[in-house]
Amino acid sequence: MVKLTLRNQQYEVKPGMTLLSSLEKIGVLPESVIAVRNGEMILEDEILKDGDEVKLVAVISGG
Amino acid sequence: MKCKTCGGKATVNMRQHKLALCSTHYLGWVPEQTARFIKKYWMFGPDERVLVAVSGGKDSLSLWDILHRLGYQVDGLYLGLGIDEGIGYSDESHRLSAKFASERGLKLHVVDIEKEYGASIPMLAEKSRRGHGRPCSVCGVAKRHEMNRIARDMGYDVLATGHNLDDEVAVLFANTLAWSADLLRRQEPVLRESDGLARKVKPLCRFYEKEMAAYALLRGIEYIYEECPFSVGSTSIYYKELLNRLENERPGAKLAFYVKFLEAKKNGLFTPPTEKDFILTACPKCGQPTSGDGLCSFCKIVGKAG
Repeated sequence: MVKLTLRNQQYEVKPGMTLLSSLEKIGVLPESVIAVRNGEMILEDEILKDGDEVKLVAVISGG
Repeated sequence: MKCKTCGGKATVNMRQHKLALCSTHYLGWVPEQTARFIKKYWMFGPDERVLVAVSGGKDSLSLWDILHRLGYQVDGLYLGLGIDEGIGYSDESHRLSAKFASERGLKLHVVDIEKEYGASIPMLAEKSRRGHGRPCSVCGVAKRHEMNRIARDMGYDVLATGHNLDDEVAVLFANTLAWSADLLRRQEPVLRESDGLARKVKPLCRFYEKEMAAYALLRGIEYIYEECPFSVGSTSIYYKELLNRLENERPGAKLAFYVKFLEAKKNGLFTPPTEKDFILTACPKCGQPTSGDGLCSFCKIVGKAG
């Protein structure tokens, strides 16, 4: 499985999907996050593999 | 996806520009574009002294980093707002701003609102009974007052803030929904200086919020990730999310909304300001310009709280 973490929320998706499909699956807008895997930023077309752990960095701030 | 410049693996994709870049070329592109906007909107010249208002967040620290990299004479100003809410929000944002400055040998001015005026922002909001439990309006007034005071008293030519395009578009959207013509007329990348008011500029106004977060991450800038506890559930965040949904379906919608607004204003969308719009008087207590006859908004708040 692929693990995605956004703030304190954890999600799991099946491997083999792109990051974009994974974000759609968990209901997160690609515009509002940056995805980081193994310390490197990845883009929406990246295919996520079994065992991947992806940190989703929220980019929206108020003020 | 491949970098348009070198063909290497891209790490940032800007659909509104149809441009994907690798980390190296993105970190070169951002300062280049910033320099272009500074010139395009006549923000400031290479010999002018710039004061950047920093909050410890990704945008303001990135702005400071970019202006420093571009070779401008730029110092920072941190305002201690006294926001704790159980997570030590202001302490942490101060620590990160100070760390950023010391690591780069940059000068950071620190003003603590409570030490200066006897009450923190949440205390001022509570005592003055403004904001109904949410001190954001008091915070805005205090920040504008103090940023202008320090810029003016310390002889800076210009005050720069880290507002990004998403910030600008959320304000534009709110003001358009309410048809607030006066506020729409004043929304600009540059607010020119006038008697007692420092020039204010927003060099990041054409960058998406996501782009600034990418810049901060790629530059290794440690910024405060936690949201200001008082901004959670705010209207501005709601509008940003709404506009991101639109952007997701229509790439470039946010940029077009903002740029076309500026163009429409330039082409006479609003009647030009009259002399009446510029009549400001000095606040009898602090001496800063105010549109009313008596005390300025900030001195009224401090007076009520005292």
